[in-house]
Amino acid sequence: MNPALTVFVKECRESLRDRRVLLNSLLLGPLLGPLLFLVIMRLVVGRELEKAERPLPVVVINAERAPELIASLRQMGLEQKPPIADPELAVREQRIDLALRVSADYGADWRAGQPAQVELIYDSSRREANSDVERLRGMLESYGRRHGALRLLARGLSPAIATPLVIASSDTATPQARGALLFAMLPYMLVLTIFIGGIWLAIDSTAGERERQSLEPLLINPVPRDRILLGKLLATAIFSLASLTLGLLAFLLVGHFMPTEQLGLSLALGPRFFAVALPLLLPLVLLICIAQILIAAFARTVREAQTYLGLAQLVPLIPSIVLSVLPVKAQLWMYAVPLLGQQLAIMRLLRAEPLSAIALALSVAVTTLAAVAVFALTRRVYASERLAIST
Amino acid sequence: MIELRELRKSFGAVRAVDGVSFVARDGEITGLLGPNGAGKTTTLRMLYTLMRPDAGSIHVDGRDAAEEPLAVRRLLGVLPDSRGLYKRLTARENIEYFAALQGLDAAAARARADGLIDTLGMADLAARRTEGFSQGERVKTAIARALVHGPRNVVLDEPTNGLDVMATRSLREFLRRLKGEGRCVLLSTHLMQEVAALCDHIVIIAHGRVVAEGTPDELRAAASESNLEEAFMRFIAAAP
Repeated sequence: MNPALTVFVKECRESLRDRRVLLNSLLLGPLLGPLLFLVIMRLVVGRELEKAERPLPVVVINAERAPELIASLRQMGLEQKPPIADPELAVREQRIDLALRVSADYGADWRAGQPAQVELIYDSSRREANSDVERLRGMLESYGRRHGALRLLARGLSPAIATPLVIASSDTATPQARGALLFAMLPYMLVLTIFIGGIWLAIDSTAGERERQSLEPLLINPVPRDRILLGKLLATAIFSLASLTLGLLAFLLVGHFMPTEQLGLSLALGPRFFAVALPLLLPLVLLICIAQILIAAFARTVREAQTYLGLAQLVPLIPSIVLSVLPVKAQLWMYAVPLLGQQLAIMRLLRAEPLSAIALALSVAVTTLAAVAVFALTRRVYASERLAIST
Repeated sequence: MIELRELRKSFGAVRAVDGVSFVARDGEITGLLGPNGAGKTTTLRMLYTLMRPDAGSIHVDGRDAAEEPLAVRRLLGVLPDSRGLYKRLTARENIEYFAALQGLDAAAARARADGLIDTLGMADLAARRTEGFSQGERVKTAIARALVHGPRNVVLDEPTNGLDVMATRSLREFLRRLKGEGRCVLLSTHLMQEVAALCDHIVIIAHGRVVAEGTPDELRAAASESNLEEAFMRFIAAAP
């Protein structure tokens, strides 16, 4: 049997007996992301829906001057609160979100057919109140438009005269695209499953063996060190891949429980996503695993290796953040950047957008090359004399 | 047969090994005796090609370690200073893992492991995971996996470290048996009783240099001491 295979089999057997590895690679790694996602989505969506339907509490000053307006607003969901003395101060001190003041001349202006004034009192720097303000503004505008049209009709004119311009909004964001915005973090979570899946084996391959004093005996065997490294890499990668596969399956499953329809969204979390994402991420699995082994080889203890690799897990956050903060248009060269390319491709897959074969091939090819390059580097570290010496 | 010639190794400014030469013959137990920090472990690490010497040469059964490190490793069975086992594998699995790395097929590995398990009296340990093994049980397992390929030359770094009297005794018997089979046995130790009880040939090493060499009787005579321990102290003290 090839020594690399011997090492691979032994590492797998040993890891399958390690509860810590099983918990991380096969349970926590793949399931943490999807579950976190489901919970967050449920909370966010739930709150949005609740906001749209619940009554809108508003302090109304001088309500008696505009009984008809207030009655109409209440039909639209306004919950009238008793007036208070200084609404501006109350808003500033955040005792209330929003107040509506009917002007003193409202009744007279209304009857005279002049524009009658109502005043919204709010603090636009308080973002959580903004949706309430917009909702009330919308109610007021619709009341105004309705009565404007009635007045024109009463004078024998078509309401169309007062509407020279109509703005028609057509949002080209397909439902899938809107969903993918919410899912901007999903690629990172998938990459994280790759990291978590292989982390214990990567640490164990050098720092762990050195700490347990088994590295020196291992390296005395008549086996070239790169075969030993290859066996350890394969074992790390297989656990990482298992974690990724389970993670992808969990996302497919979770996709069914997402309240996406309520938001008018749909995500392409189907078999096509699975079938393309897995081969797309495979070279990334190799790259991440060999990078983890390289980093862990520099650590003297398991604890030190854990610290380094914990920090390394934050690296794939960079493209995620860049992509969500600066929604750049995907250029072909970006697919050649490991991590960035995979994240872009996954976003497109989620939106059910076409993904060119060239982009896919570029991502796979460059990431594979990067993995080979890091392997060559790790091989040199493995060849060094100090690697084996534990004391 | 193991031949070391003018071996040197420095770590920065520290000369750990400074010109060590000796021969360990087949059918003999050679003891590398010296105080802690004398350069015994570094010498052995160069012998089993874990470290490259700065100068000097190593030959095992006539093969040059610098030119054919893998061939030399195949000729050696080594119990190094660190002897960690895989605690989630059984003793037998630990032994058979190294057998596979030595290139033995599964059937041969099993047969060799069975033989060693029998010889070392570890029948009741073989199927147990090594987590929680006593020091003696760990050393037995480590020796079995080091010798699983039946090497002609056996190198042991401080083999009795941490062993109780019983375990030490059975280990000595085992080493005599290896010698009886015509193997070349080289062990390092800082314990005088060890070499006195076991070795045919003693190499005393201090400050990275060989300060005396010979049979126990020769050394006693050379130091004009009847007691080997006194002889040892004398040689160490005389070293520059």
